Amino acid sequence: MVEFLSFREGDATQEPAVTVEAFTGQTNATAVRVEPGEDARELLPYLDRLSLVEVNFPAYGDGRGYSAARILRESGYQGELRAVGDVLVDQINAMRRCGFDSFHPNKALDDAAVDRALNRYADVYQKAIDGRSPVWAKRHPEKIDG
Amino acid sequence: MYRYDSYDQSIVDARVDEFRDQVQRRLTGALTEDQFKPLRLMNGLYLQLHAYMLRVAIPYGTLSGKQMRKLGEIAAKYDKGYGHFTTRQNLQYNWIKLADAPDILAELATVEMHAIQTSGNCIRNISSDQYAGVSADEVADPRPWAELLRQWSSFHPEFTYLPRKFKIAVIASDDDRAAMRLHDIGLKLVSKDGVIGAEVYAGGGMGRTPMVAPQIRDFVAEEEIISYLEACLRVYNRYGRRDNKYKARIKILVHEIGVEEYKRQVEEEFAHMKQLGLNPPVEELARIRAFFANPAYETGLNEAIDRADPAFALWVDRQVAPHKQPGYAIVNISLKPLTGIPGDASAEQIELAASLAEQYSLDELRVTHAQNLVLPHVKKADLYAIWQQLEEVGLAEANLDLITDIIACPGLDYCALANARSIPLAQKIAQRFAAAERQAELGELKLKISGCINACGHHHAGHIGILGVDRKGVENFQLSLGGSGAEDTSLGQITGPGFSEDGVVDAIEKVTDLYLAQRESGERFLDTYRRLGMKPFKEAIYG
Amino acid sequence: MKILTGNDLVSGDVIWWAGDGWSRQVGDSADVGDKGDDLARAEEAALRVVGAYVIDATVTDEGVRPAHIKDRIRALGPTVRPDLNLKPNDADAGNWVI
Repeated sequence: MVEFLSFREGDATQEPAVTVEAFTGQTNATAVRVEPGEDARELLPYLDRLSLVEVNFPAYGDGRGYSAARILRESGYQGELRAVGDVLVDQINAMRRCGFDSFHPNKALDDAAVDRALNRYADVYQKAIDGRSPVWAKRHPEKIDG
Repeated sequence: MYRYDSYDQSIVDARVDEFRDQVQRRLTGALTEDQFKPLRLMNGLYLQLHAYMLRVAIPYGTLSGKQMRKLGEIAAKYDKGYGHFTTRQNLQYNWIKLADAPDILAELATVEMHAIQTSGNCIRNISSDQYAGVSADEVADPRPWAELLRQWSSFHPEFTYLPRKFKIAVIASDDDRAAMRLHDIGLKLVSKDGVIGAEVYAGGGMGRTPMVAPQIRDFVAEEEIISYLEACLRVYNRYGRRDNKYKARIKILVHEIGVEEYKRQVEEEFAHMKQLGLNPPVEELARIRAFFANPAYETGLNEAIDRADPAFALWVDRQVAPHKQPGYAIVNISLKPLTGIPGDASAEQIELAASLAEQYSLDELRVTHAQNLVLPHVKKADLYAIWQQLEEVGLAEANLDLITDIIACPGLDYCALANARSIPLAQKIAQRFAAAERQAELGELKLKISGCINACGHHHAGHIGILGVDRKGVENFQLSLGGSGAEDTSLGQITGPGFSEDGVVDAIEKVTDLYLAQRESGERFLDTYRRLGMKPFKEAIYG
Repeated sequence: MKILTGNDLVSGDVIWWAGDGWSRQVGDSADVGDKGDDLARAEEAALRVVGAYVIDATVTDEGVRPAHIKDRIRALGPTVRPDLNLKPNDADAGNWVI
């Protein structure tokens, strides 16, 4: 079983994350925690100094954090993007696709189940954040740059 | 018809494998029911009143004979010999064993079918016009767009845990046969300066707060439709209400912030998203479109239909629609026999429909949102043979769009959410109005019954709508008038206090009698109601 | 009386707690008194039932009768398919649910 899962090079950021309100009100914090109702776009002016964004999933059925993650990545955020809270093995794959690269679930995950979940789908239909080539790009390689 | 390539097949096969693993974890206790429920729902597996129910997706209502045959085989092998076609062009099996569900999905995958996202708070099966590709009045075939959206929405990583379910319909005719504006998003293909694109409507729906979707854009080009829809969904995912599941549909968001504000936010998001390379190249839609090219129609066919048999002539007049190709016709197969269950078909009937499709309809079938079937490419010369075979299995009812062509949800006979039984009421109404002359005299009259406020039976969109409620443990029925799910979309108004089952049948007789007495030349029931308003109908009912 | 019902985890069949196990027949239902919720949790944990819940019922000449129409339909089967319900030879069985 694994309590913390990271797909990044090197160690995970250890700095405790502050709230979005505390973060935008001060200049020295480098880790922030986004709650479901909060607007990830408020962080966009500060992406350079952020090393960790935690996105909280109080209940796995609340999917706002997926949009928060993509918004940050689409705007060029390169730091650690961590899903915390009610994160289950059945959601890990979608979270990876939305740009999460570390996970700190409430309940430890089974390593083998995580591996299966991440490798089950050899193909995907959408372009997302994970760099995987969608099937439409594979079908028309001559039309896709790079 | 669309055919899977190795990519599509591998994705569906992987889903079978994943669900087999999830079911196994449930059966061994590794998953509790609370954990398993959202996973099984995402694959269309419900726990209903009597058993597990599996909802199989029929993308945009189009099927091959082989696919239809497989549905019949599954009904015979794993269920109790029948299935139920739904108002979202899907098929439901009512008696599924949990342990069998993965095997059923594996069988479906062999014919390029699945149950992906037929439930759950995600983008559901994309629905469309049952006459797509064969009606003369469409600007383009909407099904390539629907298939493009099917692929885009399947396992979408960002939109799998939306505030609530999300239904999309695509049409391409001025005649709306898919209740497009009663969907979370409706697309209507239009031609602008010779270029095909989509008008977009958002925030429609039925349920406890019915709303007709307003237009949010008059044109989105095909090369941008995916990024535009991503923008629509992202705004909804971020700001749709999550505090109250009865207020979580997009219609509530659009209503609460206003359509102009929703549009503004979508446009802002769209401006950002179209930079991200989310849109497939136009060659992808062209690839899909090639699958929907006209089949090899024969030319020089005889247009004449031998109407010597009066029962056949009656059926032709009612069930057969014009086809764009000379010599061909569209056949509607009624799943509303007068003493039957709306939308139900036995394994034998499903098998016959599959055979008819293969033999007479260029291997193609459609399912309609009114719970009927369509053979889309039939030579006029073959109509009599088809009718004879339909007669043999009880599918030759001639009642399309008439008062006995009732849409009804499964209701309390099957559904755990229902408050009242829809099917026995549908049967009583059908029996009261059984006489063919009487039905013909009443003309087009769309009667729709829901067994609870969730409105799966589209009662808000019925010329006559009926909603079953629970009044202190007794079934009670509210009557509404004036709804429409067609291009003149409107929502029905409740007549007044509710009725018993027999009482509501009597009330329907009173309003239809009033219509016959008051109608002006050429008016349908709905037209007369719109001209006269509720008052005289109310007086006729409650006196 | 209070009785306990749910669905068989594997088959999905409607089942009724009969005192020492589960039955397909509502008539076998045992009065669970105030023990229903504990029983439901234990039986769910043992993977014998899913969605178990306690309902009110009365004993009539025809046997145990759930208080609510929804549970009577669960007990009998769909009223529109008498061939599939628990009394396939009784044409009037559907009236029992009303």
